[in-house]
Amino acid sequence: MGDTVTVKLPQGIAGDAMTEVERTISSDEPPPLATNDKLAVVGKPTPRLDGRLKVTGAAKYTTDVRLPGMLYARMVRSSKPHAHVLAIDTSAAERAEGVRAVVLVDHLLGGAEVREPGKEGSARYPVVRYVGQPVAAVAAATQAQADEAARLVRIEYEPKPFVVDLDDARKPDAPLVFPGAAEARGSAGGGGGPAGVPQKGNVRGPNRSGPSGPPLGDVERGLADADVVVDASYRTQVQTHSAMEPHGVVADWNGDALTVYASTQGTGSVRDELAEVLGLPKGKIRVITEFMGGGFGAKFGAGNFGVLAARLSQKAKAPVRLVLDRREEHESGGNRPSSVARLRIGAKKDGTLTAIHFSSYGTAGTATGAGAGGPAKNLYPCPNVLVEESDVFTNAGPAAAFRAPGHPQGAFGLEQSIDELAEKLGLDPLALREKIDTQQEGLLADAAARRVERRIGAEMVGWTRRHPAGADTGRIRRGLGVAQAIWYRFVNLDSTCEVRIGRDGSVEVLSAVQDIGGGIRTALAQVVAEELGIRPQDVTVRIGDTSYPPGPASGGSVTTGSITPAARNAAFLARREVYAQAARAASSTPEALMASMPLRAAAAKLRTEQITAQATRSDDYGGFVQGRGRRGMGIGGYGGVQFAEVAVDVETGRVQVERVVAVHDCGRPINPLAVEGQIHGGVIQGLSYALYENRVLDRKSGVMLNANLETYKIAGAREIPKIEVRIIEEYRGRSSTDAGGIGEPSTVATAASIANAVYNATGVRVRELPMTPERVLAALAHRTEVKR
Amino acid sequence: MNRLEWSDPTTLPDALTQLGAASVPKAGGVELMDLLKEGLVAPSRLVNLRKLPGLDCVQDGAGGGVRIGPLVTLAALAEHAVVRSRYRALADAALHAATPQIRNMATVGGNLLQRPRCWYFRSEAFECRRKGGAVCFAQQGENAYHAVFAHAACCAVHPSSLATALLALGASVELTSRRGVRVVALEQFFIPAETVTVRDTVREDDEIVTDVRLPALASGATSAYGKQAEKESYDWPLAEVAVVLDRAGNQCTRASVVLGAVAPVPWRARAAEAALVGRAVDATSAGDAGRAALQGAVPLRDNGYKLPLIEVAVRRAVLAAVEAS
Repeated sequence: MGDTVTVKLPQGIAGDAMTEVERTISSDEPPPLATNDKLAVVGKPTPRLDGRLKVTGAAKYTTDVRLPGMLYARMVRSSKPHAHVLAIDTSAAERAEGVRAVVLVDHLLGGAEVREPGKEGSARYPVVRYVGQPVAAVAAATQAQADEAARLVRIEYEPKPFVVDLDDARKPDAPLVFPGAAEARGSAGGGGGPAGVPQKGNVRGPNRSGPSGPPLGDVERGLADADVVVDASYRTQVQTHSAMEPHGVVADWNGDALTVYASTQGTGSVRDELAEVLGLPKGKIRVITEFMGGGFGAKFGAGNFGVLAARLSQKAKAPVRLVLDRREEHESGGNRPSSVARLRIGAKKDGTLTAIHFSSYGTAGTATGAGAGGPAKNLYPCPNVLVEESDVFTNAGPAAAFRAPGHPQGAFGLEQSIDELAEKLGLDPLALREKIDTQQEGLLADAAARRVERRIGAEMVGWTRRHPAGADTGRIRRGLGVAQAIWYRFVNLDSTCEVRIGRDGSVEVLSAVQDIGGGIRTALAQVVAEELGIRPQDVTVRIGDTSYPPGPASGGSVTTGSITPAARNAAFLARREVYAQAARAASSTPEALMASMPLRAAAAKLRTEQITAQATRSDDYGGFVQGRGRRGMGIGGYGGVQFAEVAVDVETGRVQVERVVAVHDCGRPINPLAVEGQIHGGVIQGLSYALYENRVLDRKSGVMLNANLETYKIAGAREIPKIEVRIIEEYRGRSSTDAGGIGEPSTVATAASIANAVYNATGVRVRELPMTPERVLAALAHRTEVKR
Repeated sequence: MNRLEWSDPTTLPDALTQLGAASVPKAGGVELMDLLKEGLVAPSRLVNLRKLPGLDCVQDGAGGGVRIGPLVTLAALAEHAVVRSRYRALADAALHAATPQIRNMATVGGNLLQRPRCWYFRSEAFECRRKGGAVCFAQQGENAYHAVFAHAACCAVHPSSLATALLALGASVELTSRRGVRVVALEQFFIPAETVTVRDTVREDDEIVTDVRLPALASGATSAYGKQAEKESYDWPLAEVAVVLDRAGNQCTRASVVLGAVAPVPWRARAAEAALVGRAVDATSAGDAGRAALQGAVPLRDNGYKLPLIEVAVRRAVLAAVEAS
């Protein structure tokens, strides 16, 4: 570093308005990358390098790992929703056939803790606060033996009053989940929330400073100044992550070193949490995730299961496999908190917004993080904005980050209210958004992208044929709806790649980054191939292993935007070194050789067998809007506009989504094929959230009643609509690749767009998720009564 | 799941000698595995029926009827040409159950012998009446998917869509044990809702279902099945109905209307049948039948929405039955 150069990078939206932006960057940064249309590899739809391995079953996931002498573990979990644990008798389990080790949970990870530990009283074991809370774990020679032994652990409880329902928990006389104010500390594995938020009973809040910044102006004055006010309440349910591959690890404690195969979104965060909890130096822990069967935010740290597996392995002196079953996944694997929100929006006759007041309560079970005010706070600029978010503790499994935390639930209310406002103003929903979606430069400057996305999407879906709400008649009524997405541009500044070039011309790229399904393995190969003038399949990608340079944890849609610049920079430096050495050997200049000699030929002239270059993600070229530790928040968020077309059977209340048009931006798309796949996934998960998924807890026992994939309903093949995706290229000269993320923005708008389409089809609003036949029929019946 | 023995008899007599309270028959294994995994049953031996000859086909029965072997899969039943042309309600009930994977494994016998799918029953955390306990947890609990008829003792709904169609079609079940063979009308096969016990059917532990018999329908009789669910792929019905209509011209001479997913047993809607007999089958009488089907319904806290679904399902199935002809 030190030397800088001033360069011009593409800026704008391809096909719309393109200009250039001047940036002063380090001379170790590669030269500006042209727009995708001028590139050979980047921006070209590229089949996944590991696609064949995955579809043939050759790819080995964590759940497939079998080590010699490996033991199988099962956790012992609380059967009570709230209790002091008085005694734990493991003797029968320890005597059981095949059992090699039993360990107890001594400190619980995940969820909040009482701020003043004294309030909890002195307890020998952690208080259990939900059915399914881990208490112990057993390792045995076979899974059947472990399962059987786990049932032999006797736990003596002193039951305490409990509450699992959000509304009940808000009542002044509700049983207390925590005996005093509680806080989620978070760990190296993630979690945590703002500290010092006021708490009364089970209600922690309101927090008025999230998300991203304090309130603006005075909402009451703004509402008073309004010509039109919409005031509505919305409810959303608890959704569980339901990844195909459950949480799980194989922990192998060998001597003083620990190797852990983990189904995780963060090899580094698993290592760091284990180091923190077990008191080991990070260098003694290796975490490996070669293939990953799905993660939506609940798979960052080692978790209780990871710590227990490591301790079982240490005790039994053998590798231990601990993989959760489906019930455990649902009960304790994390979830998207529910929300009950009231939203008031004021506007002038011409649509100018005068006030947005969003007030929400949600339950993250024993954790925090139920805030849903992001879209209300950040999507539409307004002089008076007040977001009040409260967590309500319940005796239910702790929530975890879930694909755009707070945003699908927040957008569900906001985007329906914006439609309602448009109707009151006599404006088309798109026309109103055209007027009010005007975010300028700064944190979430994605309004320009959404403007283009609205135009493209409206054309694709045929918006002009949209009829007035409720104009369709007959048994099946069709309608069209739109909703918008917003998400932050986070960047992980530890993201590092190493690129190796061998004398035989072979190329490797290495990073601890894990491919959780988004396709980063292929994107890395593309970026390196583009820089080196070779094909992606000629790049060996070694990732998902903490013995490689650190990668970002894949959460917050950070992966592609964080790691691809590091990869390109490392490739650039490696190439520069290859040609420098070749030039010396050939008595030429690197510049001359680069123009005339392919990489393979230049590599043949290397002085040593292999050269290597490492590069770490630099700050965004234009700087960050906010920096948080090694995590930056970049200029320009992610937009996205989705259109849904639905058919509603007004006799049965069943909603069938027939078509979704999704137009999104993610900076420079590296692999449009993978981006499209991510958007399909986001739409399907959003649709499933909109219509089907719902965690059901028995209010009298705290037991989750649908902890399976039979009665926890997820959209299946017949529920999937025609999904049409358009990805726009949005350049801002942010980094050496200018790439961004898509995982989260792709699921933010779906439920809201379906709700708006249901309204357009039927003339009634369904303000509660999921939009089941029951709720749609109730909404239709309510309208009929009102008319009478 | 407990440890158990596995037995592979190849003749019916051999299988029958092995059956008992702790030695249970296994056909497709779909239902049995669910029960085993949740620890709701703990037999010491599984007697695999799949190697027994002759139990997996549909054959001509007496008087123009058909006999359906207990090992016929739901997939095979749904696709069977004779079943589809003569007993459409049954073929469609099979076609709309579960998933293609499950239909490829699940058998007719196993389907009829399913234990309740109530989520309290299915969780080992609840010792409910159907497991010998004293309480029906769903009555005061989470009951959106539960019964609206005859739920005084237990409000689980009957899980078998095939039973809904078979009852409407007048089926009977052949039970075989070492003691002999008996044939029980399906109406008598299921233990009535008001006398809830740990048994769901009259089948004894040493008996297996060896045949499901369907009588010939009257000439010109037609049938239809309708299912209302939240999803199309892999979902239990919120309400379902099988309708069989005999007609002279367009005049209904005999009607059989059986509701599913609304009571602890397949539920014959006699008032709906009465609303059709002697009348032309049209939108008016179909609508009347739909409304009549609700007679006696008492929704629980969370399942009042089922009533309009039942009404619509009956009306549509009645019309579908005559449209098919």
